[in-house]
Amino acid sequence: MSFDPKITLFSCHYTSQQSCAEGGHELQQLGFPASISMVRVPCTGKVQVTSLLKAFEDGADGVYVVGCPVDGCHNVKGSVRAARRVGAVQKALAELDVESERIAMYHLPRGLQPQFIAAGVEMDQKIRDLGPSPFHKI
Amino acid sequence: MIVAERKPMAEIIEMVKDCKKVLVLACRGCVTVCSAGGEREAAILASLVRLGLKKEGREVEVIEGSLVRQCDREYIDSIDQWQGQYDAILSTACGVGVNFIANLRQKDMVYPALNTTFFGGSTEQGVWMEQCAGCGDCVLHLTGGLCPVARCAKSLMNGPCGGSVEGRCEINRDVECIWQSIHDRLGAFGRSAQMEVIAPIRDWSTAGHGGPRKTVRKDLTV
Repeated sequence: MSFDPKITLFSCHYTSQQSCAEGGHELQQLGFPASISMVRVPCTGKVQVTSLLKAFEDGADGVYVVGCPVDGCHNVKGSVRAARRVGAVQKALAELDVESERIAMYHLPRGLQPQFIAAGVEMDQKIRDLGPSPFHKI
Repeated sequence: MIVAERKPMAEIIEMVKDCKKVLVLACRGCVTVCSAGGEREAAILASLVRLGLKKEGREVEVIEGSLVRQCDREYIDSIDQWQGQYDAILSTACGVGVNFIANLRQKDMVYPALNTTFFGGSTEQGVWMEQCAGCGDCVLHLTGGLCPVARCAKSLMNGPCGGSVEGRCEINRDVECIWQSIHDRLGAFGRSAQMEVIAPIRDWSTAGHGGPRKTVRKDLTV
Protein backbone atom coordinates (compact mmCIF):
# COMPACT_ATOMS: atom_id res chain seq x y z
CA MET A 1 0.00 0.00 0.00
CA SER A 2 1.44 3.36 -1.04
CA PHE A 3 0.74 6.43 1.02
CA ASP A 4 2.45 9.67 2.06
CA PRO A 5 3.41 9.25 5.66
CA LYS A 6 3.54 11.96 8.24
CA ILE A 7 6.55 11.56 10.48
CA THR A 8 7.53 13.72 13.45
CA LEU A 9 11.19 14.02 14.39
CA PHE A 10 12.31 15.40 17.75
CA SER A 11 15.93 16.34 17.30
CA CYS A 12 18.50 17.63 19.71
CA HIS A 13 19.74 21.13 18.95
CA TYR A 14 23.32 19.89 18.82
CA THR A 15 22.58 17.04 16.44
CA SER A 16 20.46 19.07 14.08
CA GLN A 17 22.07 22.50 14.34
CA GLN A 18 23.38 22.45 10.79
CA SER A 19 20.11 21.21 9.41
CA CYS A 20 18.79 24.76 9.47
CA ALA A 21 21.67 26.10 7.41
CA GLU A 22 20.60 27.62 4.12
CA GLY A 23 17.01 27.59 5.31
CA GLY A 24 16.96 23.80 5.34
CA HIS A 25 17.61 23.57 1.60
CA GLU A 26 20.78 21.57 2.18
CA LEU A 27 18.76 18.86 3.89
CA GLN A 28 16.44 18.58 0.89
CA GLN A 29 19.37 18.47 -1.51
CA LEU A 30 20.88 15.61 0.49
CA GLY A 31 17.68 13.58 0.14
CA PHE A 32 16.11 14.10 3.56
CA PRO A 33 12.51 12.85 3.20
CA ALA A 34 9.82 15.51 2.85
CA SER A 35 7.53 13.38 5.00
CA ILE A 36 9.47 14.36 8.13
CA SER A 37 8.59 17.39 10.24
CA MET A 38 11.36 18.31 12.63
CA VAL A 39 10.88 19.68 16.12
CA ARG A 40 14.18 20.98 17.48
CA VAL A 41 14.60 20.74 21.23
CA PRO A 42 17.39 22.08 23.46
CA CYS A 43 18.10 18.51 24.56
CA THR A 44 16.24 15.28 23.83
CA GLY A 45 16.16 14.78 27.61
CA LYS A 46 13.54 17.54 27.49
CA VAL A 47 11.15 15.42 25.40
CA GLN A 48 8.45 13.95 27.61
CA VAL A 49 6.39 10.81 27.00
CA THR A 50 3.36 13.06 26.61
CA SER A 51 5.10 14.99 23.77
CA LEU A 52 5.76 11.73 21.91
CA LEU A 53 2.18 10.52 22.39
CA LYS A 54 0.77 13.90 21.36
CA ALA A 55 2.61 13.59 18.05
CA PHE A 56 0.62 10.41 17.40
CA GLU A 57 -2.57 12.11 18.58
CA ASP A 58 -1.84 14.95 16.15
CA GLY A 59 -1.73 12.50 13.27
CA ALA A 60 1.83 11.24 12.97
CA ASP A 61 2.20 7.82 11.40
CA GLY A 62 5.66 7.54 12.93
CA VAL A 63 7.78 9.39 15.46
CA TYR A 64 11.50 9.33 16.09
CA VAL A 65 14.01 11.06 18.28
CA VAL A 66 17.59 11.94 17.35
CA GLY A 67 19.94 12.74 20.20
CA CYS A 68 23.62 12.75 21.00
CA PRO A 69 25.70 9.56 21.22
CA VAL A 70 25.08 7.68 24.48
CA ASP A 71 28.54 8.50 25.83
CA GLY A 72 28.72 11.98 24.33
CA CYS A 73 25.55 13.86 25.25
CA HIS A 74 26.11 17.59 25.64
CA ASN A 75 23.90 17.43 28.73
CA VAL A 76 25.50 14.21 29.99
CA LYS A 77 22.43 11.96 30.15
CA GLY A 78 19.78 13.72 28.08
CA SER A 79 19.80 11.31 25.16
CA VAL A 80 19.79 8.30 27.50
CA ARG A 81 16.70 9.67 29.22
CA ALA A 82 15.09 10.22 25.82
CA ALA A 83 15.85 6.63 24.80
CA ARG A 84 14.12 5.35 27.95
CA ARG A 85 11.05 7.47 27.22
CA VAL A 86 10.97 6.19 23.66
CA GLY A 87 11.17 2.70 25.16
CA ALA A 88 8.19 3.50 27.40
CA VAL A 89 6.14 4.59 24.38
CA GLN A 90 7.18 1.48 22.44
CA LYS A 91 5.86 -0.63 25.33
CA ALA A 92 2.62 1.38 25.49
CA LEU A 93 2.09 1.03 21.72
CA ALA A 94 2.56 -2.72 22.02
CA GLU A 95 -0.05 -2.76 24.80
CA LEU A 96 -2.45 -1.04 22.39
CA ASP A 97 -1.60 -3.70 19.80
CA VAL A 98 0.15 -1.16 17.58
CA GLU A 99 3.55 -1.75 15.95
CA SER A 100 6.19 -0.50 18.40
CA GLU A 101 8.50 0.22 15.41
CA ARG A 102 6.40 3.32 14.76
CA ILE A 103 8.65 5.08 17.24
CA ALA A 104 12.43 4.90 17.36
CA MET A 105 15.48 6.46 18.98
CA TYR A 106 18.72 7.28 17.18
CA HIS A 107 21.97 8.34 18.82
CA LEU A 108 23.95 10.26 16.19
CA PRO A 109 27.06 12.42 16.07
CA ARG A 110 26.61 16.16 16.21
CA GLY A 111 26.15 18.26 13.11
CA LEU A 112 24.74 17.40 9.74
CA GLN A 113 26.29 13.97 9.26
CA PRO A 114 25.33 11.42 6.57
CA GLN A 115 23.84 9.29 9.36
CA PHE A 116 21.26 12.03 10.05
CA ILE A 117 19.99 11.74 6.48
CA ALA A 118 20.21 7.94 6.56
CA ALA A 119 18.14 7.75 9.75
CA GLY A 120 15.44 9.89 8.12
CA VAL A 121 15.41 7.72 5.00
CA GLU A 122 15.26 4.56 7.11
CA MET A 123 12.39 5.88 9.22
CA ASP A 124 10.50 7.06 6.12
CA GLN A 125 10.82 3.63 4.51
CA LYS A 126 9.86 1.82 7.70
CA ILE A 127 6.66 3.84 8.10
CA ARG A 128 5.79 3.43 4.41
CA ASP A 129 6.13 -0.34 4.90
CA LEU A 130 3.97 -0.28 8.04
CA GLY A 131 1.26 1.81 6.40
CA PRO A 132 -0.98 4.49 7.92
CA SER A 133 -1.26 4.86 11.68
CA PRO A 134 -4.08 2.76 13.14
CA PHE A 135 -5.01 5.81 15.21
CA HIS A 136 -6.44 7.50 12.11
CA LYS A 137 -9.74 5.64 12.19
CA ILE A 138 -11.70 8.72 13.24
CA MET B 1 4.12 5.04 50.86
CA ILE B 2 1.60 3.00 48.95
CA VAL B 3 3.20 1.74 45.74
CA ALA B 4 1.19 1.02 42.62
CA GLU B 5 1.62 0.46 38.90
CA ARG B 6 -0.55 1.09 35.87
CA LYS B 7 -2.85 -1.69 34.76
CA PRO B 8 -2.35 -3.07 31.23
CA MET B 9 -3.90 -0.74 28.64
CA ALA B 10 -6.14 -3.48 27.25
CA GLU B 11 -7.79 -3.81 30.66
CA ILE B 12 -8.22 -0.05 30.99
CA ILE B 13 -9.61 0.37 27.46
CA GLU B 14 -12.14 -2.40 28.15
CA MET B 15 -13.35 -0.50 31.25
CA VAL B 16 -13.97 2.80 29.45
CA LYS B 17 -14.79 1.64 25.93
CA ASP B 18 -18.44 2.71 26.13
CA CYS B 19 -17.77 6.10 27.70
CA LYS B 20 -18.09 9.32 25.74
CA LYS B 21 -16.43 11.49 28.37
CA VAL B 22 -13.78 10.29 30.80
CA LEU B 23 -12.17 12.14 33.71
CA VAL B 24 -8.68 10.79 34.37
CA LEU B 25 -8.22 11.75 38.01
CA ALA B 26 -4.70 11.89 39.44
CA CYS B 27 -3.79 11.75 43.10
CA ARG B 28 -1.01 13.97 44.41
CA GLY B 29 -0.27 11.61 47.31
CA CYS B 30 1.74 8.37 47.39
CA VAL B 31 1.14 7.45 43.75
CA THR B 32 2.72 10.71 42.64
CA VAL B 33 5.84 9.88 44.62
CA CYS B 34 6.05 6.38 43.14
CA SER B 35 5.42 7.79 39.63
CA ALA B 36 2.33 5.67 39.04
CA GLY B 37 -0.63 8.01 39.33
CA GLY B 38 0.41 11.63 39.66
CA GLU B 39 -0.43 14.42 37.24
CA ARG B 40 2.29 13.41 34.79
CA GLU B 41 1.17 9.78 34.69
CA ALA B 42 -2.48 10.87 34.38
CA ALA B 43 -1.56 12.98 31.34
CA ILE B 44 0.17 9.99 29.75
CA LEU B 45 -2.79 7.76 30.53
CA ALA B 46 -5.28 10.27 29.13
CA SER B 47 -3.32 10.32 25.89
CA LEU B 48 -3.16 6.52 25.76
CA VAL B 49 -6.92 6.25 26.38
CA ARG B 50 -7.63 8.70 23.55
CA LEU B 51 -5.31 6.78 21.21
CA GLY B 52 -6.60 3.37 22.29
CA LEU B 53 -10.23 4.33 21.73
CA LYS B 54 -9.42 6.09 18.45
CA LYS B 55 -7.88 2.85 17.27
CA GLU B 56 -11.17 1.12 18.09
CA GLY B 57 -12.96 3.77 16.06
CA ARG B 58 -14.59 5.30 19.13
CA GLU B 59 -14.83 9.00 19.83
CA VAL B 60 -14.13 10.00 23.39
CA GLU B 61 -13.42 13.20 25.25
CA VAL B 62 -10.81 12.69 27.93
CA ILE B 63 -10.10 15.38 30.49
CA GLU B 64 -7.59 15.36 33.31
CA GLY B 65 -7.84 16.51 36.89
CA SER B 66 -6.08 15.89 40.16
CA LEU B 67 -6.83 15.93 43.86
CA VAL B 68 -4.46 16.57 46.75
CA ARG B 69 -5.43 13.08 47.94
CA GLN B 70 -8.24 10.71 47.06
CA CYS B 71 -8.35 9.21 50.56
CA ASP B 72 -10.02 12.13 52.34
CA ARG B 73 -13.65 13.16 52.20
CA GLU B 74 -12.99 16.89 51.78
CA TYR B 75 -10.90 16.35 48.65
CA ILE B 76 -13.37 13.88 47.15
CA ASP B 77 -16.10 16.53 47.46
CA SER B 78 -14.11 18.78 45.13
CA ILE B 79 -14.81 16.39 42.23
CA ASP B 80 -17.93 18.56 41.88
CA GLN B 81 -15.80 21.02 39.88
CA TRP B 82 -15.88 18.61 36.89
CA GLN B 83 -19.61 17.89 37.17
CA GLY B 84 -21.20 17.18 33.80
CA GLN B 85 -17.85 16.73 32.09
CA TYR B 86 -17.53 12.95 32.50
CA ASP B 87 -19.45 9.68 32.25
CA ALA B 88 -16.88 7.88 34.37
CA ILE B 89 -13.85 8.60 36.51
CA LEU B 90 -10.67 6.72 35.74
CA SER B 91 -8.75 7.08 38.98
CA THR B 92 -4.98 6.85 39.09
CA ALA B 93 -5.06 6.68 42.88
CA CYS B 94 -4.41 3.54 44.87
CA GLY B 95 -7.30 1.26 45.74
CA VAL B 96 -8.10 3.41 48.75
CA GLY B 97 -8.83 6.38 46.51
CA VAL B 98 -11.08 4.34 44.22
CA ASN B 99 -12.99 3.00 47.22
CA PHE B 100 -13.39 6.49 48.67
CA ILE B 101 -14.88 7.78 45.41
CA ALA B 102 -17.23 4.77 45.28
CA ASN B 103 -18.19 5.27 48.93
CA LEU B 104 -18.91 8.97 48.63
CA ARG B 105 -20.07 9.52 45.05
CA GLN B 106 -23.24 7.52 44.61
CA LYS B 107 -23.83 8.71 41.03
CA ASP B 108 -20.27 8.44 39.76
CA MET B 109 -18.89 5.35 38.07
CA VAL B 110 -15.24 4.97 39.02
CA TYR B 111 -12.64 2.65 37.51
CA PRO B 112 -9.15 1.81 38.78
CA ALA B 113 -6.28 2.61 36.44
CA LEU B 114 -3.69 1.14 38.78
CA ASN B 115 -2.91 -2.10 40.51
CA THR B 116 -2.08 -1.26 44.12
CA THR B 117 0.90 -3.41 44.97
CA PHE B 118 2.48 -2.80 48.37
CA PHE B 119 3.73 -0.47 51.12
CA GLY B 120 7.30 0.33 50.26
CA GLY B 121 9.95 2.82 49.35
CA SER B 122 12.35 3.64 46.57
CA THR B 123 15.64 1.78 47.02
CA GLU B 124 17.18 3.42 43.97
CA GLN B 125 15.84 5.67 41.23
CA GLY B 126 13.03 3.87 39.44
CA VAL B 127 13.01 0.91 41.84
CA TRP B 128 10.58 0.36 44.73
CA MET B 129 10.66 -2.44 47.29
CA GLU B 130 8.07 -3.72 49.70
CA GLN B 131 8.97 -2.92 53.31
CA CYS B 132 5.79 -3.29 55.36
CA ALA B 133 2.76 -5.58 55.16
CA GLY B 134 0.48 -3.45 57.33
CA CYS B 135 -0.18 -6.51 59.50
CA GLY B 136 -1.35 -4.48 62.47
CA ASP B 137 0.96 -6.00 65.09
CA CYS B 138 4.42 -4.60 64.51
CA VAL B 139 7.44 -6.67 65.63
CA LEU B 140 10.14 -4.34 64.30
CA HIS B 141 11.42 -3.64 67.83
CA LEU B 142 12.39 -7.32 68.04
CA THR B 143 13.93 -7.61 64.59
CA GLY B 144 16.28 -4.69 64.34
CA GLY B 145 13.76 -2.61 62.40
CA LEU B 146 13.58 -5.09 59.50
CA CYS B 147 10.18 -6.66 58.81
CA PRO B 148 9.99 -10.46 58.53
CA VAL B 149 6.29 -10.36 57.67
CA ALA B 150 6.77 -8.29 54.49
CA ARG B 151 10.34 -9.15 53.59
CA CYS B 152 10.64 -12.89 54.36
CA ALA B 153 9.10 -14.92 51.52
CA LYS B 154 7.51 -17.18 54.14
CA SER B 155 6.69 -14.42 56.63
CA LEU B 156 8.49 -16.49 59.25
CA MET B 157 8.44 -15.20 62.80
CA ASN B 158 11.30 -17.49 63.85
CA GLY B 159 13.72 -17.39 60.96
CA PRO B 160 15.84 -18.04 59.09
CA CYS B 161 14.31 -21.11 57.49
CA GLY B 162 17.53 -22.88 56.55
CA GLY B 163 17.04 -22.46 52.83
CA SER B 164 19.05 -19.28 52.44
CA VAL B 165 22.53 -19.32 50.92
CA GLU B 166 25.07 -16.58 51.46
CA GLY B 167 22.39 -14.25 52.71
CA ARG B 168 20.14 -14.76 49.68
CA CYS B 169 16.64 -16.25 49.76
CA GLU B 170 16.01 -19.70 48.34
CA ILE B 171 13.08 -18.46 46.25
CA ASN B 172 15.36 -16.18 44.26
CA ARG B 173 18.97 -15.13 44.70
CA ASP B 174 17.98 -11.56 43.90
CA VAL B 175 16.04 -11.47 47.17
CA GLU B 176 17.94 -10.91 50.39
CA CYS B 177 17.28 -13.28 53.28
CA ILE B 178 15.82 -10.76 55.69
CA TRP B 179 16.44 -13.07 58.63
CA GLN B 180 20.15 -13.10 57.77
CA SER B 181 20.01 -9.29 57.71
CA ILE B 182 18.10 -9.26 61.02
CA HIS B 183 20.78 -11.52 62.53
CA ASP B 184 23.60 -9.32 61.22
CA ARG B 185 21.95 -6.13 62.38
CA LEU B 186 21.10 -7.39 65.87
CA GLY B 187 24.68 -8.65 66.13
CA ALA B 188 26.03 -5.20 65.26
CA PHE B 189 24.15 -3.86 68.27
CA GLY B 190 25.27 -6.71 70.53
CA ARG B 191 21.76 -8.13 70.62
CA SER B 192 22.25 -11.48 68.87
CA ALA B 193 20.67 -13.23 71.86
CA GLN B 194 17.34 -11.79 70.69
CA MET B 195 17.46 -14.34 67.86
CA GLU B 196 17.10 -17.17 70.40
CA VAL B 197 13.83 -15.84 71.81
CA ILE B 198 11.05 -17.94 70.29
CA ALA B 199 8.20 -15.84 68.96
CA PRO B 200 4.84 -17.32 70.03
CA ILE B 201 2.16 -18.43 67.61
CA ARG B 202 0.74 -15.28 66.19
CA ASP B 203 -2.82 -13.96 66.07
CA TRP B 204 -3.23 -12.79 62.47
CA SER B 205 -6.66 -11.24 63.00
CA THR B 206 -5.03 -7.80 62.99
CA ALA B 207 -3.62 -8.51 59.53
CA GLY B 208 -6.98 -8.40 57.79
CA HIS B 209 -7.94 -12.00 58.48
CA GLY B 210 -10.55 -10.68 60.91
CA GLY B 211 -12.35 -8.60 58.29
CA PRO B 212 -11.83 -4.95 57.29
CA ARG B 213 -9.80 -3.11 59.88
CA LYS B 214 -10.79 0.16 61.49
CA THR B 215 -9.02 2.68 63.69
CA VAL B 216 -11.03 4.92 65.97
CA ARG B 217 -9.37 7.77 67.84
CA LYS B 218 -12.01 9.08 70.24
CA ASP B 219 -9.82 12.05 71.07
CA LEU B 220 -10.13 13.16 67.46
CA THR B 221 -13.77 12.37 66.76
CA VAL B 222 -16.41 15.12 66.81
